[in-house]
Parts: sequence; C-alpha cells; structure tokens
Amino acid sequence: MRTEMTMPATVSAPLPTLSAETSTSARPAPVPDRSQWLPGLLKWMLLMLLALGLVGPLLFILAQAVLTPAGQWAGTQPFVQLFANINFLPMLARSLWVSAVTAVVTVPLAYVFAYALQRTCIPGKGLWRGIGLLPLLAPSLLPGIALIYLFGNQGLFKEWMEGSIYGFWGILLGEVFYTFPHALMILLSALSQADGRLYDAAQAMGASRWRIFTTVTLPATRYGIFGALCLVFTLTITDFGVPKITGGAYSVLAVEAYKAVVGQQQFGRGALIGLLLLVPALLTFTLDAWLQRRQRASMSSRSENYVPRADWRRDGANLLAVMLIASAILMMIVVAMGASVVKLWPYNLQLTLQHYDFDNMDGGGWLAYWNSLRLACGTSVAGTLFIFCGAWLMEKTRGQAWLSTLLRMLCFLPMAVPGLVLGLGSLLFFNHPANPFNFLYGTMTLLVLCSVVHFYTTAHLTAVTALKQLDPEFEAASLSLKVPLLKTFIRVTVPLCLPQLLEIFRYLFVSSMTTVSAVIFLYRPDTVLASVAVLNMDDAGDVGPAAAMSTLILLTSAAASLLMHLAGSRWLARAQAWRRGRAH
Amino acid sequence: MKKTKLFSLFASVIGAGMLFSAQAHAATTLTVYTALEADQIKAYQAAFQKANPDIEIKWVRDSTGIVTAKLLAEKANPQADVIWGLAATSLALLDKEGMLMPYAPQGLSAIDAKYRSAANPPAWVGMDVWASAICFNTVEAQKQGLPKPTSWADLTKPVYAGKIVMPNPASSGTGYLDVSAWLQMMGEDKGWAYMDALHKNIGQYTHSGSKPCKQAATGEFPIGIAFEYRAVKTKKEGAPIDVILPSEGLGWDIEATAIVKGSKHLEAAKKLADFSASKEAMALYEKNFAVVAIPGVAKPDELLPADYEKRLIKNDFTWASTNRDRILTEWSKRYESKSEKKQ
Repeated sequence: MRTEMTMPATVSAPLPTLSAETSTSARPAPVPDRSQWLPGLLKWMLLMLLALGLVGPLLFILAQAVLTPAGQWAGTQPFVQLFANINFLPMLARSLWVSAVTAVVTVPLAYVFAYALQRTCIPGKGLWRGIGLLPLLAPSLLPGIALIYLFGNQGLFKEWMEGSIYGFWGILLGEVFYTFPHALMILLSALSQADGRLYDAAQAMGASRWRIFTTVTLPATRYGIFGALCLVFTLTITDFGVPKITGGAYSVLAVEAYKAVVGQQQFGRGALIGLLLLVPALLTFTLDAWLQRRQRASMSSRSENYVPRADWRRDGANLLAVMLIASAILMMIVVAMGASVVKLWPYNLQLTLQHYDFDNMDGGGWLAYWNSLRLACGTSVAGTLFIFCGAWLMEKTRGQAWLSTLLRMLCFLPMAVPGLVLGLGSLLFFNHPANPFNFLYGTMTLLVLCSVVHFYTTAHLTAVTALKQLDPEFEAASLSLKVPLLKTFIRVTVPLCLPQLLEIFRYLFVSSMTTVSAVIFLYRPDTVLASVAVLNMDDAGDVGPAAAMSTLILLTSAAASLLMHLAGSRWLARAQAWRRGRAH
Repeated sequence: MKKTKLFSLFASVIGAGMLFSAQAHAATTLTVYTALEADQIKAYQAAFQKANPDIEIKWVRDSTGIVTAKLLAEKANPQADVIWGLAATSLALLDKEGMLMPYAPQGLSAIDAKYRSAANPPAWVGMDVWASAICFNTVEAQKQGLPKPTSWADLTKPVYAGKIVMPNPASSGTGYLDVSAWLQMMGEDKGWAYMDALHKNIGQYTHSGSKPCKQAATGEFPIGIAFEYRAVKTKKEGAPIDVILPSEGLGWDIEATAIVKGSKHLEAAKKLADFSASKEAMALYEKNFAVVAIPGVAKPDELLPADYEKRLIKNDFTWASTNRDRILTEWSKRYESKSEKKQ
C-alpha cells in the first residue's frame, strides 16, 4: 500500500512539530481543552451575526405581511386575498416552470464545462474558466441589454426569433447566462477532487469510459449536482432583474413583488410574495439534510488525487463544447460593451465615449465607483472569513448539534430571500428607533453586512462542498494527537481548501460590485453605489450609459480577479502541490 | 534644511485641518430626498447654495417608486429633512400617513392654486408639471407604413397592433397617470373600453416610465406612450422621433417640495422650501419643463404647442389616489391574466 505516501506534504509535515510542541509545553496542571468551548462560542457568534443581518430584517418584513397597519394580527386574510387574485395561480405556475427549465438547462451545461476543466486535458483551462465565470462580473442588467440588442425587434439576429424575445425565452436565456457561473462554481468544486484509485480499479476491470462516468464520476458528484439544481432554481425564481427587462407579458412572482413594493408601496403584499419565495429554499434544506446522511467523503486521507491523462477524443469533444458555451457568453458581453460605445443605436453607429462621461448622469459619478470598490473589499474579506469558518464549524466540529442544525438552516435562507425583501427588511429593522444597532443604518458596515448575508448561500455551499470532501479523519487524528482544533483548521483545512477559499473571496467581491436589489434601500448620500447607478440609468432609459457603467464594473472585477489570481497562484502552488499528484 | 521642510509640512497639516474645521463649523447639512434627474440637481443645488452658503445638501436620489418606498419604510424614524422634487401623488400618499409638515413658504400667493396641496398651510408646493405625450419613431413608421397618430383614439387602430409600448401602471407612476387620465376624461365605462381596445395593440408594458420613449427612439417599438420631458429630451439628443400631444387632453402630475415631519434642521429646511417656491427657482425649472407652478414664468418650447398648458386635463389628485388600489386591481385583472395569448 502506498497510503502514507499520498498524504499531502504540507499536511503531514507540520503535524509532528505540532504534537512535539504540545508535549513540551505540557504543564503539571492539564491544559484546558479549548477545542470544546471555542467552537461553541464561535457558533454563537455566527448565530448573532445571522440574527442581526438576516433574522431581524426578515421578522420585520414578515410583520408587514401578517399585521394590519395598526399592529393587529391580520390572520389569513392577506393570504386569501393573494390567492384569490385570478392572476396569482397562473403566475405561480409560470414562475415554477421557467425556473425549472432554467435549472434543467443550466446545470448540464455547467457540468460539461466543469468536467472539461477538471477531468480532461484540454488546453487553455485558465482562459475557459475565466470566461465561464465572467457572467458573475456583470450587473444583472447586462444580459437584458445584450439580449435586446441581439434578438430584440431591432436586434442583430431578430430574424432568428420566431416570435418576440420578450417573454419566456427572454427570461430563460437571461437567467441561464446569469445563473451559469453559480452552478459552475459548485460543480467545479464537486469535480475538483476524486480518488484516483477508483478510476485505476475501474480501468483495470475493463469498464468502458461511459460506464466509469456513470458509476464513478456522477455518483461522486451528485451532491454538487443537486446543490447546483436547487441554487439555479431558487436564484431564478427570486430574481426580478432579468424578467423586469426581457419578461414582457410573462409575469412572474419576483416581478410582482417588485411591482408591489416599488410601484405601489404595498410592503405587505411584497413581503407575502417574498414569504412564498422562501418555500423552495426550505424544501432544499430538507432534501439537503436527507442527502447529507447518505453522503460520504470521497477523499479519505488514503486517497490519491485523480489526474486525467490526455485522450484526444475525449479532450476534443470537451474542447468543442467548452468553446461553444464560452463563445455564447462572450457574445453577450461583447454586444453589451458595443452598446456602450455606439452613439445612438441603431440609427447612428458612430463610435463614441460620451456614455462614459458619468458626471451628468445618475448615481454620484466616481464617488459611487469608489464606494462600490470599498463595499466589494469589505464584503469579500469579512464574508470569506465568516462563511468559511461557519461552514467549518458546522461540518467539522462536534457538540451543539441543535445549534449547527439551526445555523445550517439559516445558511440556506439567504438564497431564497429576494434582495428587495432583504433590503427593505434591513431598512425597517435597522432604522427602528428602538433598535440599539440603528446607528449602523446608512453606513458602509451595514451595506457590507447586508451583502454578506445576501450572498451567503452560494459561498456557503462552495465551502461545504469542499469541506465534505475532506476526510473527518483529519480532525479525528488531530484530536487524538491533542492538537487544538483551531490549529488543525489553520494548518490543514485552510491550505487544503485554498482554491475554494479564493473562489469564495472572488465570488463575494464581484457579486458585491454588481449587487443592486438588497442595497438599493440602504445606501445614503455618502454611500451611493455604482451598481445602483446602473439600474437608475437603465430605468431612465439611458441604455448607453448603463452599458458603459456595466462595462466599467465588469472590467474592474475582471482586473481584481486577475490580480487575485496572480497573487494567489504562488501561494496556491505551494499549498496545493499535493493535488497535482503523480501521473499514473 | 531638514527642519524647515518638516516645519512647513507641519504648518500645512495644521492649516488644512483648520480649513476643514472651519468648513464643518459653518454648514448645516440637509438630507434631501429626490426623484429629479441628475443633471437638473446640479443646477438647482448650485443656485440654492449661492443664496444659502451655510446650508449643505446631501442628496438621496432614486426613481420615484424607490424614493417613495424608502420614505414610507423610514416612517418610524425619518431620515430625510426635505423632499425636493417628487410626484405630488407620492407626496399625497406620505401626507395621508401624516409624514409631512405643512408649511407656507414665502411667496406662496404667487403659486397657482392648481399646483399646491389644497390644505392651508399646504403640505406640499409644486415646482413643475409633466404630462403625457407620445413618442413616434418616424424612421420605423416609414419602414413599416404606420400613419402618424394624433389622438388617443388613433392608437386603437388595428394598424398599430403590437407596435405600442406603455408603462405598466402597477409599476410606474407615469403609467398610472395615463390610466387615471383616461378614466377621468372618458368616464369609467368608456375609459375601460378604450383600454380594452388599446391593449390589443400593446407590444409590451414596461416597468419604468422613461423606457417607452427610449424604446420608441431606438425603434424597438415604434410608438411609446411617455411624458413630454423625456420625449423632448430624447428628441433633442438626436433620436428620430416626433413628440405628439394627443388631441383629447393630457394626463399630468406635478413635481413638488415638502418638509418631512420630525426634521432636526427645521430652519434650514424652511429656507429650502422657500427657495423651491421662489421665482428664481422657477426660472431654473423652466429650463426643463414647459409649465411651472408660478404662472407666466415659463417660456414656450419650440417642440411644444403654445396652448400646451390648456391641454392638461382637470386632474383630481384625491380621486386618483383614493381609487388607485381599485383601478390597479381591475387593470391587472383585465390585462395581465390573459397576457399569455398575445405575441
């Protein structure tokens, strides 16, 4: 057996020194075992944070739904009223249908893409990966703008469209673009590690390539597939950005909530619809808990990391698929960028930079831009810390089982809460005169908190997927060696999960550069944001400037990602050397 | 040598600090909520601060719906001192919630009675009027053989099937302004019958009031039911559109100013309200709008007819706001449930 050999060098090296340390520092009185109470304390802190950023705002918005303006219990009357509306059930059906179709279209595409990146030897992986994640960098308006320029009534390819882009197809295409990188992140993580011994064995037994895929690869990644399906479904059903622009007459629930809050200031009805949108996330949570009991770690401490070998047929087919998907993504972005430099589309196609003159446009010019950068930095630093530590606490520490379950449930909630509902709830909660935290209202701190909460689920799922693949034996071993859990966390878990950590950091950074719906109610004069400016410009019909600001946001995020990649790659190369394994 | 450099550095730091503290000492900061356009804000602010150098303005600018929702949500602990430039319909809603402080600004008597709230002292005082208009893309019209409409009734002709875009009244105040105007002008029965006919020609209901004219400008949909400020501005930017004022009459709303109850800077807030109702401010509003709250200030616009103001319908704001829920429910029942069949 070659077991010990495959233990990652960085993991096995520090352990002896650590245990040596603990033995030399042993005093006559036994050192109190901090591993017991520290995780508990940290869990309570996380609970506090989520209570502040998520539960409080949600309760306040729910109060709007179930209480009369006078503060009395309204009973079932609001529900009855909502359901009795003859538009409601068809709208519900449309929301479910378009979200389900989006999930079924997006996840296989993302799976193929992720598979090609992780399990084949296609050239230019870094490039494809970057393109695949590009939609994350774009404000949610961008697919809408691009789709109209491509397939709208004046679009470049309008002849290709049977009917009109406005409606089911507009929503579907926009949402596939918007949710693709979210699914990709989870699936990349799910496909990142595999036990090479299984593939060796299968091959030795003469299993066909397809058979290996269906009996080894797919089952090992079903947790990721399931997570991606649920995430895409909920993201779509709660998003109002895309259907607002390209939805046409195909009205869906999220837009209805937007209309209730922004169009008619009926917070109660908006909140009630928001409440309904929570249902899919709660279902996801139940299913997840059920699946979790069946999931076993695929990477044990004895595993040998799988390394794909070149195979021109498999690689060729995968390269073709990746190129097709990547060019579709690029086309959307290039079209939107083109929109930002054309004078008056479609009548005057002269090139111009006038749309980049933000001084006379909505949104506070460069102040908004710098604020967005500050928000993105704050969210990614604080968010990565909290979310990853939180996921680790839930997955890898024992004790306080009920607390972990509660936290796990809370982590699933944010993806189901429409940003608009979260933002409005935060406003009501933090602006309340009796709230001791109301000094936070309007500050950058609150914007950061709200953004961390808003993007919690995807980041959490990525962290959990990565952590689940680590054998609990690591913790067991460190416990038996009397290494404090926290030390194991810092010296073993973090280096092992470094790629996913960077992924989470980047995700939070770029998402908070583009976020609108949650923060639109929370910014104050000093904290105006570039993404809100984009929304306002598009609302005013200034598509050119909106596309220009979107382009600027996209380029900034791309530059930041690239910087992070360069800075991280050396560090990563050292900590992740074991992943490269040995060719076999 | 080194010492002098250090000293000058020290001195400049102190100097800069004094400069900042002097500035901070002088200014009262007003938080002003607005739905005005960004380019208008700059000119208005400059003029106000020239007259009141000791008052600084911090803007919270957003679309009408968001600003109104924000103000309502902050009701428990209002953050705004003044609202400068928000639709009167929205202000009427805030007034109903008891969130506005009635105040009679200096020179109130000069303001046309139509353009202020009826109470005394008024809860809000008007600035400028914006009214419905149609944006008509002449290039696409020629390409698609569309005659130029001149009235609301023209828009129901079958030739325009799928060519018209208008704001959804459930999402946009401009959309509701049109619907409420049709119902007031034609009476309820005929008004609904008119919208039934119009619905057959609608290509899309947008969620923003400015979108229809912009979409007409790019030819995405050749006809947009919009409002005159956006229409005139879009045309001046070079879009191939005609601005049409339908002959039956125009629905309208007014941008207005109000003081928020509970403002901690009441004196400064009053000064801003005074300025907003002054002739000097009206002269600034006039640059963007054809009708302002003080009669006789506005000069005729080359793109709008001279009798523009007479074309405004008699608009009952109270009726429009008390019947809003009922009308929107009916509207959505009629035009949103069967929308699937279209296209």
